[in-house]
Amino acid sequence: MLEISNLHVKLEAEDKPILKGVGLRIAAGTVHAIMGPNGSGKSTLSYVLAGRDGYAVTHGTATLDGEDLLTMEPEERAAAGLFLAFQYPVEIPGVGNMTFLRTAVNAQRKARGEAELSAGDFLKVVREKARALKIDAEMLKRPVNVGFSGGEKKRNEILQMAMLEPKMCILDETDSGLDVDAMKLVSDGVNALRDAGRAFLVITHYQRLLDHIHPDVVHIMADGRIVKTGGPELALEVEQNGYAGILAEAQ
Amino acid sequence: MPVPQAKLDALAARIAGLDFARGGWLGAARAEALARLGAMGLPTKRDEYWRYTDPADLTAPQAPRAATFAAEDEPPVFDGIDRLRVVFVDGVFDPALSDDLTLAGIEIELLSKAGQTDIHWAREVYGLLEARGQTPVQRPLAALNTAFATEGILIRATGGAAKPVSLIYLHKSENSDVILHHCIRIESGAELTVLENGPAAARFTKVMEVDIASGGRFHHIRAQGRDHERRAATHVFARLGAESLFKSFTLTANGALTRNEVVIDLLGDDGVAHIAGAAVGDGAFHHDDTVFITHAGLRCESRQVFKKVLKNGAVGVFQGKILVKPGAQKTDGYQISQSLLLDGDSQFLAKPELEIYADDVKCSHGSTSGAIDEVALFYLRARGVPEAAAKSLLVLAFLAETIAEIEDAAIAGDIRLHLQNWLERHGR
Repeated sequence: MLEISNLHVKLEAEDKPILKGVGLRIAAGTVHAIMGPNGSGKSTLSYVLAGRDGYAVTHGTATLDGEDLLTMEPEERAAAGLFLAFQYPVEIPGVGNMTFLRTAVNAQRKARGEAELSAGDFLKVVREKARALKIDAEMLKRPVNVGFSGGEKKRNEILQMAMLEPKMCILDETDSGLDVDAMKLVSDGVNALRDAGRAFLVITHYQRLLDHIHPDVVHIMADGRIVKTGGPELALEVEQNGYAGILAEAQ
Repeated sequence: MPVPQAKLDALAARIAGLDFARGGWLGAARAEALARLGAMGLPTKRDEYWRYTDPADLTAPQAPRAATFAAEDEPPVFDGIDRLRVVFVDGVFDPALSDDLTLAGIEIELLSKAGQTDIHWAREVYGLLEARGQTPVQRPLAALNTAFATEGILIRATGGAAKPVSLIYLHKSENSDVILHHCIRIESGAELTVLENGPAAARFTKVMEVDIASGGRFHHIRAQGRDHERRAATHVFARLGAESLFKSFTLTANGALTRNEVVIDLLGDDGVAHIAGAAVGDGAFHHDDTVFITHAGLRCESRQVFKKVLKNGAVGVFQGKILVKPGAQKTDGYQISQSLLLDGDSQFLAKPELEIYADDVKCSHGSTSGAIDEVALFYLRARGVPEAAAKSLLVLAFLAETIAEIEDAAIAGDIRLHLQNWLERHGR
């Protein structure tokens, strides 16, 4: 589904390479995790895939089901089925959460040539999905993420994911700022979406999220490269011994 | 200090062609206004109060020509609202286009007719609120209006008005130079909503005096714009009795030059005055909100919320002052003016002022100028919202705090829709 090949990325404003040849193949129905120390380029990878300004791809490719992601606008990537759950979900004062969700769902449907959801149908679906994530009606009415707690913001990300039904989901440190209960709630939300047609890339510092969202493949990223790939046991190794051993071995 | 000769010469040239109607109570009020005006002359850009807005086009003997404009791509503002229509064409009342001027809860008349009578409630309002508003800051264009207004509407609300009164200003002549003066009296416990829309004239000079008795409630929603070449100088003078309410919202979309002055006198205790403005300008657009709020009563609340969205060299000005008089304890004054600059060519000039002579008050003001939030824009786009629609959503969100000041949901929805249309036409 997602294929990244020898991807080199630097900051647009300065000559500082961040990704130095990332390669990744994620098949439909699988969950991949990327772990790695701070500054290894994990978040940059997620931003570059989602199309955020400020980065320049100097080499390499990234495709989603064979389509070149890197030439698409961010909204086109979203319509093609890519979703990034933000590490720091953005507050948008003045835009109601419900308006935001409906605008996004209908914009994507329109881009794919599907009919827009009626207000009634939309409301029904959103209420049902919000309930599963313990998001109350009040939260849906408030402006997007404004005044939300850390946990509420992350649950709101998962609600968006559930509503948009993307095929490639990237979760950027979704566990940061979550207590144990919230982590369970968020993980249940993610697991409910797992199916044969959908793939996940879970970016995290810690093994604990992977106790809830079981990965098929774990990658270790350091200094802008994937330095080691393995099964779920790799995450446990990191948890027990830290990154030092793996990084030394990779060099 | 003697008035500079140039100001008097400008005044003489400006009023040379205007008719001065004598006789009756109105004639007396006009004569007093003319005397006030003679002691001031006309403003120039060198006056402190006109530092950010050049009044030359507003004071020139001839109105600068302005192409007439009628929108064909959307229904006029307030079209779907049940209201009493009062239509002026280039400043002349048009009975054929207007509804019958009768409405439960109010008395409504034309200035030109009422001015002939001996006794009229408007004698206690016409020119008096304007005169009060001449200190501490001179407003010569308002005095000129009182002296030379050719028409206007007088509304006295004695109960709850059955529906809003809608003043519609059509513009059919490229050189029309219109001076209208409205007076509104809200009796104790009465309530009225006044709507205003339409381009009015090539140059429009307007005064609205609003006298609100104890417990009266007045709502004002106006939409200026879409006529790109119009020049307008408008004034609202309001005097609030105890426990009364005054709420005014203005949408300005386009217009070459607009100066909206609002002068509020919170005289009684526990009065509430909210003034809000949303302005969107693209290109040759100069928009000036000048507000002066005087707190004299106890425990009064005032709120000023002004937001401007500017692009392609558009200029926005905000001059807002809160004056808290000695003894006006427990005053709650809030003022915010913000601009969203959609490019580097546009400009926002703000001069917020507080002057406080009471010691137990709560007053705050803030002014900001910024660009579209790029992070929020990316967030929306990453969820699949196309760039233009995402920008539009953020601009509307920026303006939302002003629209929230409109109490009637249908009117607020109509204003929001017209803003949305404007954003669409102007490529966001």
